[in-house]
Amino acid sequence: MAPARSLTVIPDFTLTARIDQVGAEERASRFTKRSIKKDAKMNGLKLVLNMIDLTTLEGKDTDGKVKQLCYKAMHPHDAVPGIPTVAAICVYPSMVKVAKKALEGSGIKVASVASAFPSGQAPRDIKIRDTKYAVSEGADEVDMVISRGKFHAGEYNFVFDEIAAIKEACGDARLKVILETGELGTLDKVRRASDIAMHAGADFIKTSTGKIQPAATMPVTLIMLEAIRDFYYKTGKMIGMKPAGGISKSKLALHYLVMVKEVLGEDWLNNHWFRFGASSLANDVLMQILKEKTGVYQSANYFSVD
Amino acid sequence: MATKTKNNTLKLKFDTSWSYSPAPESKSAATIHKQYDLFIDGEWQKPTSKKYFDTINPGNEEKLSEVADAGTADVDKAVKAARRAYEKVWKKMPAKERAKYIFRIARMIQEKARELAIIESLDGGKPIRESRDFDVPTAANHFFYYAGWADKLEYAFPNRRTEPLGVAGQIIPWNFPLLMAAWKIAPAIATGNTVVLKPAETTPLTALKLAEILQESDLPPGVVNIITGAGATGAAIVNHPDINKIAFTGSTDVGKIIQRAIAGTNKKVTLELGGKAANIIFEDAPIDQAVEGVINGIYFNQGHVCCAGSRLYVQESVAKEVIRKLKDRIESLIVGDPLDKNTDIGAINSRQQLETIHKYLSIGKKEGAEMYESSCRLPGKGFYCRPTLFTNVAQSNRIAQEEIFGPVLAVLTFRTDDEVIEKANNSPYGLSAGVWTDKGSKIFNMTKRMRAGVVWANTFNKFDPSSPFGGYKESGFGREGGLHGLAPYLNLVN
Repeated sequence: MAPARSLTVIPDFTLTARIDQVGAEERASRFTKRSIKKDAKMNGLKLVLNMIDLTTLEGKDTDGKVKQLCYKAMHPHDAVPGIPTVAAICVYPSMVKVAKKALEGSGIKVASVASAFPSGQAPRDIKIRDTKYAVSEGADEVDMVISRGKFHAGEYNFVFDEIAAIKEACGDARLKVILETGELGTLDKVRRASDIAMHAGADFIKTSTGKIQPAATMPVTLIMLEAIRDFYYKTGKMIGMKPAGGISKSKLALHYLVMVKEVLGEDWLNNHWFRFGASSLANDVLMQILKEKTGVYQSANYFSVD
Repeated sequence: MATKTKNNTLKLKFDTSWSYSPAPESKSAATIHKQYDLFIDGEWQKPTSKKYFDTINPGNEEKLSEVADAGTADVDKAVKAARRAYEKVWKKMPAKERAKYIFRIARMIQEKARELAIIESLDGGKPIRESRDFDVPTAANHFFYYAGWADKLEYAFPNRRTEPLGVAGQIIPWNFPLLMAAWKIAPAIATGNTVVLKPAETTPLTALKLAEILQESDLPPGVVNIITGAGATGAAIVNHPDINKIAFTGSTDVGKIIQRAIAGTNKKVTLELGGKAANIIFEDAPIDQAVEGVINGIYFNQGHVCCAGSRLYVQESVAKEVIRKLKDRIESLIVGDPLDKNTDIGAINSRQQLETIHKYLSIGKKEGAEMYESSCRLPGKGFYCRPTLFTNVAQSNRIAQEEIFGPVLAVLTFRTDDEVIEKANNSPYGLSAGVWTDKGSKIFNMTKRMRAGVVWANTFNKFDPSSPFGGYKESGFGREGGLHGLAPYLNLVN
C-alpha cells in the first residue's frame, strides 16, 4: 500500500478541529443508552474478547509470568468451546522473544511498548534503538509514547518528526502511538495529538500507557475515533484505535463497541482496527459469556488469574 | 488489509454485522383501561353526548383505548366545578398547603415514571428513551419547581400583592402530552388558580393517567379537571364565559382563532405556537458537536417540536464537511418501534401528520432542493418517516419557510455574520435559535440580534423548569417556565 501521507498536505496543527467538551461528553454518554441484549450481547462479548491486547507491563515481569499470560491468551477458557482468543499480548521489549516463542503458530500478535515507555523522556536515538530492538526480537506491533512535554510546549514538529522516525524504525511492524491523554488536559489537545500522530505515520492511535489516571475514557475515545474518521475521509487511509487502561468491565467494553459501530462502522469492528488494552477485562468478559450460556454467574474462582 | 478507496467514493458502512437485538420495554408494566370518561370535580363522569372516540398506537395503528368526547355541556360542568373549587377551597387555602399537594403530585409522577413513559410512547409514538429520560422526569421537575414558588410569590414580585385569576382553560398539543400538561397545570395551581385542561385528541392517555394521580393525591375535587375531545371541545373552553385565562400550545392557525375569539373579553391569554428555528454553524464551530446538536435539534421527537432546529445555516467554507457528517450521522439513527430502548426515531404521531410531512417532501423536491434520506428500513405497519435532509435550499423555498413538524431538515449556506442574522430573522416565527461557534464574543453578538425567544449557544433543545420559554412574532407570546411563568397566572395588585 502506497503511503497515503505522501499525497497529503501536512496541516497546520494549531488549526486542528475544535472540540466542545460538554457536547462531546453528552454524545459519549448517549452510546451508553444502547441496550445490548441476547445475541447482540453474546456476539459483542466474543468480539470484545477477540480485540483484547492482554497486557503485562510490570517491573517484576519474568519469562514465567509472560509464558503463563501467553497460554491464557491462546486458551482463555477451555472448559467452554467456541471462545475466541485475544488479539495480542502486550509486553516490554525484553519479553518479546519469550512471548513470540510461546505464541508461535497461534496467530496472536506480540505487541511491545517501546520508546522509553511510559514517560518517553529519553533522547530520540535511544527511543529508536529501543524500537529497533523490540522489532528485531520479533514484535509484530510497537506501542510508542509521544513526547508530551514537547507537545505541551507547542513543539509539534518535534513530536511529528519523532513519530515519523520511530515509524521508520518499525519496518513492517505496525505502530501504535500512545497519546497519554490523561496528561493532555483537554479534548482539544487530544484531537490535535491524534492528528499529528496520524499524519506522522501512526497505524493505530492509543489513549494511554495505563500508568497515568485517568486512562481511557469514552469522551476521549470518541474524539480519537472522530479524528480517525476525518483522516479517513481526507486521505483514504484507515487508522486503528486502542483505548487502554480503565476498561475492566464487559458492560463498559460493549459501550465502546457501540461507539465504534456508530462512529466508524463495519470496517473497524474487528481486531485489525480496534483493540482494548486491558488485563482484567478478559475475565469479566468470560464471566459474562458463561452467564449468557448457563444463566448463572460463576464466582471469580472459576476463571484463571493469569 | 487494503482500504477500499477510490476517489470520492469513501463511505463508512453503518449497517454492521454486529447489530442490536430488539430490546422492547414491556407493555405489561402499564395499565390502560378500555374506556376513559371525563375527569370532572374529582371523579370520572360520562360525557352527556355518550360519545367516545378511539385513540390508537401510531407505532402499529392498533387501538389502545377509547376516550370520552366532551361537548359544550361537559365543558360547562368542568368549568363550574373549577369555579366552585376556586371560590370554596383553593383560593382560600394557605399557599404552603397548596404547595404540599403539588409536591405530592411531583413525587407520584416519579413513582409512576416507568408506566407514564410507556403510555406516552404507546399513545404518541415517541421513543421510550425520550419519554423515559426527558418527558416524564422533566414533567415531574415542573411540579417540583412550582411547588417551591407557591408560598414565595411575594419574593417573585417584590412589593406587589398578587392574586390568582380564577379558572384557567388550558389546551395542549400532542407532541409532549404529559410534559405540556405539567407546564400548564403546575404554575396555574401553584398561583392559586383552578384548571380545565384538554389534551390533544390523538394523545389523551398520559393526561388521563395524570388525572388518576391527581385523584390518588387527594387534590381537592375540581381544582384540576381533565376533559378529552377534539377542536370543538377546545372551542367550547375558549368561548366559555366563566373562564379567566386561556393557555394554549399548538399551531399558529389555531392560535389566531383563539386570539379572535377572546377579543373584547376580559380573558387573559398566553400562546405558544409554531416555529422554524434557525440553527447556525460558523466555520470556527466545534463541528462534530455542532452536527450532533443539529441532529438532536431536528430529529428529537420525530421533529414534532415547536422549537425544532429545522433551518440549518452553515457557513459555506465548512458546508461540505457538515453535510457529509450529517449524512453519516443520519445513517446511525435507528428508526422503528417506539417501545424499543434502542429506537432513536419513533412513529409519526398520526396519519394526518405523516401526510403533511410527505406533502412537504414532494414540495421540497419540486422546488429543486436535493433530498437525502437515511437508508434504513421502515416497519410495515404504523406511521414512520426516515430522517431526511434537503441541501441546495434557498431562503425562498417553502421548505425553508413553513413549519413541517417532522424529521426534515433544510440546509442553507451563508457567508457573513450580517447575512445569516438577516436570514435567520427573516421568518414569521421566532421561537428559538441555535448558534455554534468557538468564539464567545460572536455568541453574544448573535444572541443580542436574534429575534427568538430562546437562543441556545453550542447546544440545543435544553429545557429546565427554571428557564422561561416562549416566542416572538407568530410563535406566540407569554412565557412558560421559571419566575416568568408565574406572571401569566396572576394579577398584580397595588
